Amino acid sequence: MSAPVLEARPAPAVASADDDQWSLVIRPHGRWWELQLADVWHYRDLLWMFIRRDFVSVYKQTILGPIWFFIQPLLTTIMFTIVFSGVAKISTGNYPPMLFYLAGTTPWNYFATCLTKTSGTFINNSQLFGKVYFPRLVTPISIVASNLIQFSIQFLLFFGFLAYYLVKGAAIQPDWLMIVLLTPVLLLLMALLGLGTGILVSSLTTKYRDLNFLIAFGVQLAMYGTPVIIPMASIPQKYRLLVEADPMSAIIESFRAIYLGGDIPWSQLGISAGVTAILLLLGVAIFNKVEKTFMDTV
Amino acid sequence: MSDTIIKVENISKLYRLGEVGTGTLRHDFNRWWHKVRGKEDPYLKIGQVNDRSIKSDSDYAWALQDVSFEVKRGEVLGIIGRNGAGKSTLLKILSRVTMPTAGEIKIKGRIASLLEVGTGFNPELTGRDNIYLNGAILGMRKREIDRKFDEIVAFSEVERYIDTPVKRYSSGMYVRLAFAVAAHLEPEILIVDEVLAVGDMEFQKKCLGKMQDVAAKEGRTVLFVSHNMAAVNRLCQTGLLLEKGSIALCGNISSVVAKYLQSDTGDKTQFVPDPAKPPVGNDTVILLALAVKGGDGSVGPTFVSSTAIKAEITCRVLKAVRGLRVGFHLHSADGTIVFNAADTDADGGLEDERACHPGVYTSTCVIPEGLLNRGQYSITVGSDTPMGGNFYCENAVSFFIVPDGTRDSREDNRPGIVCPRLSWEIARKTELETDDRNPVPVH
Repeated sequence: MSAPVLEARPAPAVASADDDQWSLVIRPHGRWWELQLADVWHYRDLLWMFIRRDFVSVYKQTILGPIWFFIQPLLTTIMFTIVFSGVAKISTGNYPPMLFYLAGTTPWNYFATCLTKTSGTFINNSQLFGKVYFPRLVTPISIVASNLIQFSIQFLLFFGFLAYYLVKGAAIQPDWLMIVLLTPVLLLLMALLGLGTGILVSSLTTKYRDLNFLIAFGVQLAMYGTPVIIPMASIPQKYRLLVEADPMSAIIESFRAIYLGGDIPWSQLGISAGVTAILLLLGVAIFNKVEKTFMDTV
Repeated sequence: MSDTIIKVENISKLYRLGEVGTGTLRHDFNRWWHKVRGKEDPYLKIGQVNDRSIKSDSDYAWALQDVSFEVKRGEVLGIIGRNGAGKSTLLKILSRVTMPTAGEIKIKGRIASLLEVGTGFNPELTGRDNIYLNGAILGMRKREIDRKFDEIVAFSEVERYIDTPVKRYSSGMYVRLAFAVAAHLEPEILIVDEVLAVGDMEFQKKCLGKMQDVAAKEGRTVLFVSHNMAAVNRLCQTGLLLEKGSIALCGNISSVVAKYLQSDTGDKTQFVPDPAKPPVGNDTVILLALAVKGGDGSVGPTFVSSTAIKAEITCRVLKAVRGLRVGFHLHSADGTIVFNAADTDADGGLEDERACHPGVYTSTCVIPEGLLNRGQYSITVGSDTPMGGNFYCENAVSFFIVPDGTRDSREDNRPGIVCPRLSWEIARKTELETDDRNPVPVH
């Protein structure tokens, strides 16, 4: 069998000549820009196994199985329809409230699950991480990927309602071309944003658990700071900037625009992508730094 | 094939003691402030030698200090030491679970570490799925597992249950499957920590054999941490003895094991009950002392197998009592009772006198030379009367038996808890008898 190289580091300038024959050098401090993505690639089979594990083990010993994925967003949406549309009479524009809320909660749920689950990476896996080495980044990536299963089931529900309202002749104009082109992009953006923020939080909570308390209700609060329930157009001007600063706002708005009709906020979407990239890079860099010693503090 | 495959240079590891709380934030801030000003970490200096039994003023302790060694390709290195000597920390650093505070390790080739059997097993998944999952966690590619799948299942001997969720497995089956996966990894370097303390005897033997194969036949390097000196002795050629985070000795395995056994391992050959505590005993008899000595006057805790060993039990008899018995169990290292001895076996001694006259009495038992095999033994001392027990003191003393080295290694390595020299007779058969069974053609 050939010897796969786990991690090849460039030999430092001061090292002796035979230094480069070592395939792995363990040093106290790695360089922050070494993201070790090649290492993650080497463990891609593990990534796949984790996704499979999550898929197979989640619904073991439940009677309804994946139907639970339907029930949760369905009940939430009905609740929203009663409270916000029925009681509070918040306008959802020309769109049927049910469909409007589903178009918001479906992508938001995906982001929220990615964020909350990846933010527990270190603490929830400390048993495993304490016993064997593999690139820790595999774990949050697998979480984000296996959440796609939940998303697709909820998306089916949304799509069912969309079809129903289309047949009924509601005032919605899905932009089919944009749906095909933009849906994967929006999904990827949400995944990366959730991943970046999640691993950032995860890295910061290994030593101080304070952020853990924040993340649970923070995500809940953030939903109200994102146009999931209230359309951007109905948000008073003085709060507009605050809501627009949330990188998820543009993603939710775009999602709704392509399925229900409306203008895609291109410039905000671009800013969201930029923020996502920065958060992700920062997250991975800090994650890589923390993964080396977190076992001592977690 | 004698090139260096692992080079450990001045590895040190600092741990913070106590809990993480608001004080930690202050330390973090202080550390950061020193770093900003380009000064040294203020907490790196104040760590002390790591002795877990001594309370220290410092909040930091060195789990490892300046450890350097090299391992050659195909070598089986046994790492031994007392609890808290730094063995596990060293393995954790080598297997990249945590980073050293200072120093550098250079490695050639792939490392797989078995710090625990069944890492990452998911109880809901079937045995089959877990083989793939565990294999992938340990660094195997899927096609590699595909290729070895049948071999792994055969080694684990759980074919029948392979499509059953592992949560339904018995703990033995679980461990078998887990070790089977690990044993079929093909890393250049295998790190094994105490995993042999699981499974039944037969499976432990199989594991040891497999590890021997991995090293001898496949030429892989194995780093083995264990408290089982017999296993270490059998598997390894070189040993590394860690004491309080530093290397005490590195070299030939038998000398390292001998040093470990002779060093202050917490074994004591003398037991005197703590006067501050209630006496060991009741209103009839109390235990005053228990001592193990060599027949030649040596004090141990290590005795050579060719000397007799004396166990002396001293008690105070408080009141006249009939049928008093003082004795002990001798345990082997795994806790098995090798034998029970009692002073009622003494011929015509002071038995009657002791029954009538309270006072201090010493009962001495001689364990004949050459009876005990090499290894660790401990003594549980007790006393009773027909009415019930007086005292019982578990594993009060312990000692080691080592071969005296006068016989050849075949003689020194007899298996078994005891190795008595039994009487044998070798007789020569006459030719007539031989011919009856094996007719030899006559020319």
